[in-house]
Amino acid sequence: MADTTHSTTSGGASQTGNPVTRFFRATEIDTRMLGMIGALLIIWIGFHILTGGLFLTPRNLWNLSVQTASVAVMATGMVLVIVTRNIDLSVGSILGFTGMAMGVLQARLLPEWLGFDHPAIWIIALACGLVIGGLIGALHGLIIAFLGVPSFIVTLGGLLVWRGATWFVTSGQTVAPMDVNFRLMGGGTEGSIGATWSWVVGIIACLAIAIAIINARHQRKRFHFPRRPIWAEYFLVGLGCAVVLGAVMIANDYYWPVNIARRYAEANNIAWPEGGLLISQGIAVPVLMAIAVGIVMTFIATRLRFGRYVFAIGGNPEAAELAGIKTRWVTVKIFALMGILCAIAAAISTARLNAATNAQGELDELYTIAAAVIGGTSLAGGIGSIAGAMLGALVMQSLQSGMVLLGIDTPFQRIVVGAVLVVAVWLDTVYRARAK
Amino acid sequence: MTDQTNPLVEMKNISISFGGIHAVENASIDLYPGEVVALLGHNGAGKSTLIKILSGAYRRDEGDIMINGEAADIRTPRDAKKFGIETIYQTLAVADNVDAAANLYLGRELQTKWGTLDDVAMEANTRKVMGRLNPNFKRFKEPVKALSGGQRQSVAIARAILFDARILIMDEPTAALGPQETAQVGDLIKQLKQDGIGIFLISHDIHDVFDLADRVFVMKNGKVVGQARTQDVTKDEVLGMIILGKVPPGATPGPGAMRV
Repeated sequence: MADTTHSTTSGGASQTGNPVTRFFRATEIDTRMLGMIGALLIIWIGFHILTGGLFLTPRNLWNLSVQTASVAVMATGMVLVIVTRNIDLSVGSILGFTGMAMGVLQARLLPEWLGFDHPAIWIIALACGLVIGGLIGALHGLIIAFLGVPSFIVTLGGLLVWRGATWFVTSGQTVAPMDVNFRLMGGGTEGSIGATWSWVVGIIACLAIAIAIINARHQRKRFHFPRRPIWAEYFLVGLGCAVVLGAVMIANDYYWPVNIARRYAEANNIAWPEGGLLISQGIAVPVLMAIAVGIVMTFIATRLRFGRYVFAIGGNPEAAELAGIKTRWVTVKIFALMGILCAIAAAISTARLNAATNAQGELDELYTIAAAVIGGTSLAGGIGSIAGAMLGALVMQSLQSGMVLLGIDTPFQRIVVGAVLVVAVWLDTVYRARAK
Repeated sequence: MTDQTNPLVEMKNISISFGGIHAVENASIDLYPGEVVALLGHNGAGKSTLIKILSGAYRRDEGDIMINGEAADIRTPRDAKKFGIETIYQTLAVADNVDAAANLYLGRELQTKWGTLDDVAMEANTRKVMGRLNPNFKRFKEPVKALSGGQRQSVAIARAILFDARILIMDEPTAALGPQETAQVGDLIKQLKQDGIGIFLISHDIHDVFDLADRVFVMKNGKVVGQARTQDVTKDEVLGMIILGKVPPGATPGPGAMRV
């Protein structure tokens, strides 16, 4: 029962339009995502000029990647929460509480019967943190789904409850230092994988990109679906590999600070060379963790039933319910997942700070929501992408560290970040209205 | 048609109330294989509520549902689908933000042996079914939101027949459609009827369904006014049943018939 006038064939359409349109259609690159990358580049280049060449240095970009990791991890979960027309205001407090729990476990409780720096401490602490985070999230989800309390209220309560609980664990004392192995998750000189392994990771990533594209093409061929032109496939593989290897190169171009390198040289009886000892940092562990989380979450959101249900519920909750989806349990799972991601973010930020404090993660809920929304997640539900949210986190962090480099005061930084959030969402609204 | 075989569906003495108001009271309807039964009545007459009990969206307070002569315990939409009951809701109940294939398989996704979504196979089957229903449909990759009313309707119908429905419920199937699309839905109903599928058509507008239906049930104030074979009554007589509850000679009166 179609009106044929509305139907356009995707196959035939690729022959028309100007070269730019044709290029985007052939490569199937999301123009919205491209817009975000463009905005990010403008921010980067702008700060680079304003700071007199301080921004686009391996050192700053490396730091930027590490600073983004924690919020980026949480933003991936926030996408699913917002897609189902919910909100989670408690992520910063869950981060604080799970971070404190992991801190107390590894700095006080576990060493008592395992001894300090026992190799199992970090994994036990992390596992406990993940379980606690998951349970807190599941509790929120149960209240939202089965008691019918709006997520805004439940998580607003959670924001206060878990922040208060964080204080109670140690009566407000800061717990430090963290376990030696646990600290690797925070980045820094030890928490980076060095030049060789960075190249290995980069090459594996390139192979994965190539295999994914070949596989997708193969699948389309099998069912006689329209395929991208072959040059577009090569272009995408080339672009993906260039970005990955470029990032590895930048990470490897940032060397150990002189003091640490000198100490390392002394400890290992290496003669101090003339121009200084150049040891590459490589990719930081928290960045790898964030990328891994991003890949896993993208997989969950796009390749699993659960993800399909999340988006269907966001698009039309009634239709999802009538299709026989157990929408309440999906909600519980989303919030539990959010809690687990908060615990991962907590591990990164406590390890980075080398301490668990009761103020950890304050305001992170707002940065996380902002990252997801800047990344294209619609508060009306049903629309959002994991990669977009992570990019959104990178945009927010770029603004902040750029302003720090410029020496702008903290209050003014917040004013700018707030204004950018509003402008970004306004631009997105305009874009979507025109795209219709 | 009524004197052959067991009824496909028999809903007996169904009652449901919401907060003390009897939305449906002691209603009985039935449906035979290859038959189209129209359920008519004003807005709020209880027809949608009655049918939602069959599709599992509501749970009845009293009464029995028999499918092929056997008692069926239908509590959720999932249960109803197990009995081969598929519903096309008035609101279409499609998820606007995902594509046709995702909507067709919503809640029953095909999975690969790794437990991931088998999007390619789902899209292939979707193309097959849509090719049968609506050969002009080409927009498989776009969110359903971008489709016209008729295309969305065909997605909703495709979803219902994809899983070998034996009983199809269509709530105001042509309410959102233009004349040409309405005619196409009519053709489709005839085609499904030939396949032996039983179809309930629900409408408040007699003109939409009278020519398609073999029998009509009329509801008023939550009760069944009566039923009739469409060949035995005129449109005006059925209209009298809908508006006044007056049962003509060609019809069988029910509990809601006007007392004379």
